[in-house]
Amino acid sequence: MEMPTPNPAILARKARIVERLRAVLPADAVIDDVAETRAYECDALSAYRCPPLAAVLPRTTAEVSAALRVCHEEGVPVVPRGSGTSLAGGALPTADCVILGVSRLNAVLETDYPNRFIRVQSGRTNLSVTGAVEQDGFFYAPDPSSQLACAIAGNIAMNSGGAHCLKYGVTTNNLLGVTLVLMDGTVVEIGGAHVDAGGLDLLGVICGSEGQLGVVTEATLRILRKPEGARPVLMGFDSNEVAGECVSDIIKAGVLPVAIEFMDRPCIRATEDFAHAGYPDCEALLIVEVEGSDAEIDEQLGVILQIARRHSPVELRESKSEDEAKKIWLGRKSAFGAMGQINDYMCLDGTIPVSALPLVLRRIGEMSREYGLDVGNVFHAGDGNMHPLILYNANKPGDLEKCEAFGADILKLCVEVGGCLTGEHGVGIEKRDLMSVQFTAADMEAQMRVKDVFDPQWLLNPAKVFPLAITAARRAA
Amino acid sequence: MRPADETELAEAIRAAVGPLRLRGGGTRDVGRPVAGEVLETGGLSGITLYEPGALTLVAGAGTPLAEVEAALAAEGQRLPFEPPDWRGLLGTAGTSTLGGVVAANASGPRRLMAGACRDSLIGVRFVDGSGTVVKNGGRVMKNVTGYDLVKLMAGSWGTLGVLTEVAFRVLPVPESAATVMLPGIGLAAAVTAMAAAVGSPFEVTGAAWSPEAAMLRIEGFAASVAYRAGRLSDLLAPFGAIAVEEGREAVAARWRGIGDMADFAGQPGDVWRLSVKPSDAPGIIARMGAEAVRLDWAGGLIWALLAPGTDLRARIGAFAGHATLMRASVETRAKIAPFQPDPAPLAAITAGLRAKFDPRGILNPGLMG
Repeated sequence: MEMPTPNPAILARKARIVERLRAVLPADAVIDDVAETRAYECDALSAYRCPPLAAVLPRTTAEVSAALRVCHEEGVPVVPRGSGTSLAGGALPTADCVILGVSRLNAVLETDYPNRFIRVQSGRTNLSVTGAVEQDGFFYAPDPSSQLACAIAGNIAMNSGGAHCLKYGVTTNNLLGVTLVLMDGTVVEIGGAHVDAGGLDLLGVICGSEGQLGVVTEATLRILRKPEGARPVLMGFDSNEVAGECVSDIIKAGVLPVAIEFMDRPCIRATEDFAHAGYPDCEALLIVEVEGSDAEIDEQLGVILQIARRHSPVELRESKSEDEAKKIWLGRKSAFGAMGQINDYMCLDGTIPVSALPLVLRRIGEMSREYGLDVGNVFHAGDGNMHPLILYNANKPGDLEKCEAFGADILKLCVEVGGCLTGEHGVGIEKRDLMSVQFTAADMEAQMRVKDVFDPQWLLNPAKVFPLAITAARRAA
Repeated sequence: MRPADETELAEAIRAAVGPLRLRGGGTRDVGRPVAGEVLETGGLSGITLYEPGALTLVAGAGTPLAEVEAALAAEGQRLPFEPPDWRGLLGTAGTSTLGGVVAANASGPRRLMAGACRDSLIGVRFVDGSGTVVKNGGRVMKNVTGYDLVKLMAGSWGTLGVLTEVAFRVLPVPESAATVMLPGIGLAAAVTAMAAAVGSPFEVTGAAWSPEAAMLRIEGFAASVAYRAGRLSDLLAPFGAIAVEEGREAVAARWRGIGDMADFAGQPGDVWRLSVKPSDAPGIIARMGAEAVRLDWAGGLIWALLAPGTDLRARIGAFAGHATLMRASVETRAKIAPFQPDPAPLAAITAGLRAKFDPRGILNPGLMG
């Protein structure tokens, strides 16, 4: 993966830059030791690594502002970092950058049940936001798989989703306000406990901007009352097409499940070997979960099962107890781990129109044979967000490159059928060079103009999201 | 001007020598009065894609809202955010267009639970002020590819670009609905009661107040609606006598009236719309000296009727949220900023974005301030 050549003038000024950062931050908040900066050399896209010039770990908005002001004056690129769980390389450093980690900004600032919001510092982990309110029966809805580790800052940067967004939406639908520090150190408040923007919807643009417009230090998040209960049902089908039709029919019938998860045969087999969840041996499997009181769940599942039966399922499994429900989810939740047991894997997340599901799965199967690499599909079927897992061997020369080429072909296919490159992981460096498959030059220019306004010198996370060739002039300016 | 397609529209904007006043159906005459040649989007009409099984609909920006709603209704679906019809309120005529709904981010009572127009909007095509066609988002509901200009366009009132095509996530129409009511409850108690209701697990999809009653809507399968209406009635019993309204038509008509602000239609006076933290509403209303108020979004949305020419912001002083002057004479709207002025650093960003998207300042110039 090509990254810009580090600016030698910045590398040469390392001592001075670190000294200036030390002057405005507590002693333990600036890391410049070569061995210690290595801890920040990559995120969850670990195939690519590069230690930063230095890392700063501020504890307050004022410290973030002070650090950014120094970097702005010194013309040093800054890469913001939440918990470093990005699968797209969103937090990958360059050798001439300062990593700004928000992990110490982890306090709950305000909890307000009558108005249903929580205000937190952005380094707080996703799951611990729910943790702060669940004793009172509330939760924060977006639930990315990495929710134990990932930070709200990163969730906002990537507009993260999760398995339950069919009903509750993604981060942008649950974000009410942010405290944002611009690259020059200016602190701005956008939104708050009220809903909707007064002027332009800047909050909507900040969310999903991959840390390129500013550093979010605080966030006001919508919290919801937990439903009375939830229950999954498992169904197996003998073809992907039939499973896809079943998904479509469930949606059309007026039931809105909180989750519809899909697994194909390679994935079912791998998870069975690994987790022994007792999944049926079939081509395609759906897990559908609904919420409400017991009676409401019975009613919704009644409708769903009736639809499923019309599609001649090879298996229909209801859960009669908490234990059985857990068992249904067990395989799905172990899917990534199971695939990882077999080999290294690359996880994609293109989204497709649900109607294109059978075609896309068939084409992925054909490409899998052409490339000679196995692939398993786990999939948020209700919203078309695919997660093909391509297996490769990192120790085998050429395998990573082959896997990346296969991945790029899958993502091109997603765009070709009317979908997009990424549904919830973000572009980062991983899909940067594929942006022109989905967007025209004018489409990308319109987006880059937004960055011009927020960060005129292109110092924040500059080598991400857009193809390097089209950002070169801006980055050099 | 009334271009017939996107190419003609782009040419018209490139060729424009002065300000343009954009017009969908002309039903939402809001903001600072704009001088300029009228550019109508009604020619960009028609549903281009509707997949009920994928819950997605794409249509030209000039498509009449009624046409879209009819197509959705035929498949038992609807726009989740319940777009309001403000013709009665604003004293306008004409046919609301889908693009106009987006430009105004017009959202009704269900905004409380299902989000605003901007939350259901998944893709846009637009022509910017230099006449360049731009697309953003797409037709799938999960999409984080590049920056989200979709939301930036929603509620930008045509000041950043002229929408040509919009894509929505849609939802099924539930089988049944009911309104749980607390007749005659006072405003402050109503805000507390609505907070209790929306903080319950019973999925309230509307929470509004008028002097007649606090009203809470439940939607879903019939048995589930009956169950939740019962549980909600129990929960709210400490606040006073409860009445439950049933019947899909009656419930729908009531909530249509709430979203459209039918209570203020034809009433003399200026109409203001405030977005606030719900529990702040009673205090803010106490400072308003309004002739009448209504609440929606559990108190997060205040509608207020004031004597013509009143500067509501000066009256209430600083508050968290924003106030929009929705209806007033042209003179008043020229004098009092209809949109809440942004604080300094945000105003600079907003001005910067306008300069980038509309460098000549020809798209509805000054409408938002």
